[in-house]
Amino acid sequence: MNARKLFDRLGLTACVLLLLSPAVFFILWMLSLSLKNDLQNAAYPPIFIPSPPTIDNFVKVFAQSNFLGYLINSIIVTGGATALALALGIPAGYGLAKLGAKRTALAILIARMTPALAYLIPLYILFRWLGLLGGLTPLVITHLVITLPFVIYVMMSFFEGLPKELDEAAVIDGASKWQIFWMIGLPLARSGVTVAATLSFIFSWNNFVFGIVLAGRASRTLPVAVYNMLSFEETSWGPLAAAGLVVMAPILILTVLLQKQIIAGMTSGAVK
Amino acid sequence: MSLNLTGGLHNAGRYWLFAVPAIVVILAVIAFPWLFTLYASLHLMEPTLPTRFVGLNNFISLFRDPNFGWSLVRTIYFAFLSVVASLVLGVFAALVFHRQFVLRGWARTIFIMPMMATPVATSLIWTMMFHPQVGVLNYILTSVGLPPAQWVSNAATVIPTLALVETWHWTPLVMLIILGGLASLPTEPFEAAKIDGANAVQTFFYVTLPLLWPFVLVCALLRTIEAFKAFDTIYVITRGGPGDASETLNMFLYQNAFSYFHTGYASAVAIVFFLVVLVFVVLQLALKRSAT
Repeated sequence: MNARKLFDRLGLTACVLLLLSPAVFFILWMLSLSLKNDLQNAAYPPIFIPSPPTIDNFVKVFAQSNFLGYLINSIIVTGGATALALALGIPAGYGLAKLGAKRTALAILIARMTPALAYLIPLYILFRWLGLLGGLTPLVITHLVITLPFVIYVMMSFFEGLPKELDEAAVIDGASKWQIFWMIGLPLARSGVTVAATLSFIFSWNNFVFGIVLAGRASRTLPVAVYNMLSFEETSWGPLAAAGLVVMAPILILTVLLQKQIIAGMTSGAVK
Repeated sequence: MSLNLTGGLHNAGRYWLFAVPAIVVILAVIAFPWLFTLYASLHLMEPTLPTRFVGLNNFISLFRDPNFGWSLVRTIYFAFLSVVASLVLGVFAALVFHRQFVLRGWARTIFIMPMMATPVATSLIWTMMFHPQVGVLNYILTSVGLPPAQWVSNAATVIPTLALVETWHWTPLVMLIILGGLASLPTEPFEAAKIDGANAVQTFFYVTLPLLWPFVLVCALLRTIEAFKAFDTIYVITRGGPGDASETLNMFLYQNAFSYFHTGYASAVAIVFFLVVLVFVVLQLALKRSAT
């Protein structure tokens, strides 16, 4: 019986290691590429452990190609699109939850599922006509296509889960609808707000397709800037890996810090 | 009675006010594009020509366009491979993560990282790993005695390779949903199976899997929708190449809209694409309704 238990433990450990290996190998290899010089990166057989490790690639990334400017662009676009989506989406989720507006919720769900490129043709023409192409405004606005429906959807399900009795007590006390929302609904749904904010931030930060179409030379977000580096520096792997790592770093840190919220957000709507 | 009715309407009106700003924005950034896309799909819209109404001509030439047909076939091939692979691996991973082991929380954090990581950045690293001559993956293959692969440089292997990347990205999502499913299953059937002397494999196929089936179906539909929409990884790793071997529906749409600026034609593609995705969304909702 004991031997069997040991065998079972060993099997489980092997399975865990096997399942983790693609992610672990990927992260380690990315680190390795970013810490080696070009000579070591082009070596075959590949050199796995950088000796000595160098941070030259990171220095190079920030020194050339206005990388810092693109980082600021990303922060403005993601910050703007997330803040606007929260400001508009939290009250909307509250109102729609109170109304039990199932059809509106369904329309929002379908909007979430629609391929992003479908929105881009008209928006591209509209922004060109308005003379806004090349600035950050079109990016903030189009990123709302991803963040706003998500915030509304998540907040609706959170507000639907709140007990109604609290509202009734507040109505008797003479509170207005806005006061009830602000002083009772919102504080109770704080964990929902964290979920909505975290995922909106990540979706917007990772977004590439809106930027590739709408961004000009000066308004590139980080994913677009990194993609452009790939087309111009195909042979220089070190700086590319370093740039990729910088783009991913905030997301990986958020994943470690806010794992619970991320899991709740990613699986919302899938299971009920 | 009438008092109640007006009271109800009054209430509803107040709650709509909460939603109005968001609905206005959604109409502007989502509904307006749809109306325009519908309009454009019925017109000839080219950069150098005056716009004119052509009825359903765009749709007719779309269905006659072999490039469209092939892009649909490639998309289905890509979706099939990546959905099946991520379902099998995701269910397996969920069964493992459902058990207790040391550092499980950390293991789960690492496991879900591919799902959150910026696709453009990961695609960049994949591109380097797929390099046929000096890529690390071919080094690993040859050092365990396997022949090197051409990965994305060969028309025959490009779709399976991209499906591999897609599977790497999205298996964690399947795992999380199935893990949620496992936690919600009743314990009695498992106890009964144990009493009847079923072994682990029998328990899985006769008890666990049938009970999990609704969750597996939800994952299958969700994953299919996402696989149809895959863009970033394909665009960065292959741009539809080599030749047009990885030109999926989304790449076909992108090329027509933003490389050739066939606005009317691309709008027709967008509508057909939307209808295809809608079928899966409706299936998913129907499934959810029947489950509850």
